[in-house]
Amino acid sequence: MSDRSLRTPLARARGLGSAKGGTHHFWLQRLTAIALVPLTVWFALSVASLATVDLPAVVTWMKSPLSALLMLSFLLAGFWHMKLGLQVVIEDYVHSEWRKVTCLILNNLISMFLALAATLAVLKMLLGG
Amino acid sequence: MAAGNRPLSPHLQVYRWQMSMLFSILHRITGVGLALGLVLLTWWLVAAASGADYFNTVHAVMASWIGRVILLGFTASLFFHLCNGLRHLAWDAGYGFEIEDMQKTGRLVLAATVVLTLGTFLIGYGGL
Repeated sequence: MSDRSLRTPLARARGLGSAKGGTHHFWLQRLTAIALVPLTVWFALSVASLATVDLPAVVTWMKSPLSALLMLSFLLAGFWHMKLGLQVVIEDYVHSEWRKVTCLILNNLISMFLALAATLAVLKMLLGG
Repeated sequence: MAAGNRPLSPHLQVYRWQMSMLFSILHRITGVGLALGLVLLTWWLVAAASGADYFNTVHAVMASWIGRVILLGFTASLFFHLCNGLRHLAWDAGYGFEIEDMQKTGRLVLAATVVLTLGTFLIGYGGL
């Protein structure tokens, strides 16, 4: 933000907002939250029932298209919700600009990397021999 | 902008602890905890996809007492964040702001978290 600008802070904030996205973040956080309500109940019940079984039973469970579909949905909504939530925490508590930007970049990259790793693992079990 | 020596308004420490503020803080803490839980879930899925040897190692870690304590914390965080998140969704829609309602739904969140967490552990380890 340049001190030399003649625009008032209000004029700068109006319309676009500092993130140029208005309510996009807010909306996606709520959308993923709503999706996660039924998915979380399903996830907790399923994973609890797998707590004491061996690997073949886990793989058999994941080979069911319904399990895989719901697990992938849970992972997509969950990691997205996680990324958005951690972003808010970073923006609230990390004040130095370069440190904040570094954290936000790492948050994005690590979230995507973990989401892809988990997705690949599910697909490998679903489609593998 | 120089923010260094400007006066600050009174912060959290001047307030008496209340359920609404405790739950607000807990919502954020459990959210960050659940991010670690997703790392744990990814580890478990990758292990399951990479074969029996590695899966058994991960399984042994999670079945150990410290592993179960972590899973208990993860499960409780999950249900607290879920139940309290439902309150947040209701607030977003404009409902439940009266103090009595906040107290009532807050206690409900706490009770539901305990019941759902114990129920999940009974399904997992109690042979239910």
